[in-house]
Amino acid sequence: MSPTTLLGATGRGTAGILGAIGRFMGFGAQALGWVFRPPWYPREIGAQLMQIGWLSLPVVGMTALFTGAALALQIFAGSARYGAEFAVPSITAIGMVRELGPVLGGLMVAARVASSIAAEIGTMKVSEQLDALRTLAVEPMQYLTVPRVIAATLAMPVLVAAGDSIGILGGYAVGVTRLGFDGPTYLRNTLEFLQFWDVASGLVKGAVFGFLVALAGCFFGMNSGRGAQGVGEATKSAVVLASVLILAANYLLTEAFFST
Amino acid sequence: MIRATDLSKAFGPKQVLRGVGFTLEQGQSLVVIGGSGTGKSVLLRCLLGLERADSGTVEIAGLRNPKPQALAAHVGMLFQGAALFDSLPVWQNVAFRMLRGRQRAHARALAVEKLARVGLDERVADLYPAELSGGMQKRVGLARAIAGDPPILFFDEPTAGLDPIMAAVINALIRSVVTEMGATAVTITHDMTTLREVGDRVAMLHDGRIHWEGPAAEALTSEDPVMRQFTQGRVEGPIATLR
Repeated sequence: MSPTTLLGATGRGTAGILGAIGRFMGFGAQALGWVFRPPWYPREIGAQLMQIGWLSLPVVGMTALFTGAALALQIFAGSARYGAEFAVPSITAIGMVRELGPVLGGLMVAARVASSIAAEIGTMKVSEQLDALRTLAVEPMQYLTVPRVIAATLAMPVLVAAGDSIGILGGYAVGVTRLGFDGPTYLRNTLEFLQFWDVASGLVKGAVFGFLVALAGCFFGMNSGRGAQGVGEATKSAVVLASVLILAANYLLTEAFFST
Repeated sequence: MIRATDLSKAFGPKQVLRGVGFTLEQGQSLVVIGGSGTGKSVLLRCLLGLERADSGTVEIAGLRNPKPQALAAHVGMLFQGAALFDSLPVWQNVAFRMLRGRQRAHARALAVEKLARVGLDERVADLYPAELSGGMQKRVGLARAIAGDPPILFFDEPTAGLDPIMAAVINALIRSVVTEMGATAVTITHDMTTLREVGDRVAMLHDGRIHWEGPAAEALTSEDPVMRQFTQGRVEGPIATLR
């Protein structure tokens, strides 16, 4: 391959990626604009809260439970080298509420929700249901995207809070049954060491992740290609983008909240 | 009245419409025919405002180049696959607009009335679209199209995918609804039975233009080579079989 061809291919690839980022950001701005414009669809928001929030609770809870348990074991093994086993409850709690609760919860919701949103809206697009909405004087962004974005942004902090609690409970169960901690002491250490901002920062992250997950699902659904292959591609892309955005946003938010 | 003037539309290098124009007076029923891929659906989408034409104008219900939302009160549309909302029961599909307006309290009663108009029982009202046959879905789509008693109706391939008996039922329903309501109607089809049953006038789309236009009665006997090949389903003729 000649240098010119390579340069051209690199340039086209970069332009394509920048264009896609621009389109996604434009879609996000458009969605935010619609959030503040009536009419709102409270029944749709309620249905999405149930779908995104309540029905994601089992998967988020299970993930948090096993993560908290494994985290306690790992921290115990590491801290034993320095004779600092007493730190297991506090570090497990901090790890859960600041990082693992929001990030793993976000990733699980991305897998469950971004895919289902993209597949649902993509199928609606290929079966002309989005056009039907427009001919019935309903703007698809307002009827489909806004309720999902609002519901995911509201539901994720609640899921993160539940995941945090269950994760800490997982650490507690392992600490008490396997590592020889006294139950009340474990809980006291956890509660005394945690600060308000440790918990609140995780909830804020959850809200941001929820927004990004719903936005990625809606973006790829609305821009789905034709046929089953188009919808499949949209579904896959939504999960990949939502996952990458969660990890990138997590780093940026951690920098913003905790860098000194 | 519907008037399209010099509509052109291209997708990349492919020029689909090349200056399409026609006028349809109030209460008339126009059937647009043409081979697959000749731009019939694109024309319909341009008329509805779902697709913006590259050039030319659409005047419909007194609005010039309207957006679909602006047309909603004036227009009912039956999509090719019915395009019913999967997550809603049948009656909410039919009464979709009313459920978002002031007539909410009467929405179900009106949906049941419109379902009866297209020959569907009240029991269908609580089913979901996935539980219906293709013909029943088309009827529900038709009930939704006429729910607001719009003066203008669009039908995109209303009999596609239906058996001949169900196709005849849908054609008869469309004809009676259009006549009863005194609606102006545009139907896209390549079904000759639909042409005979539904149309007052026929327009043949060929090479991105209206190639032939005239009364429905003359469409099937026209000596025009393009019309003759299409209406008689011949392989030989000016219309390319590979498109």
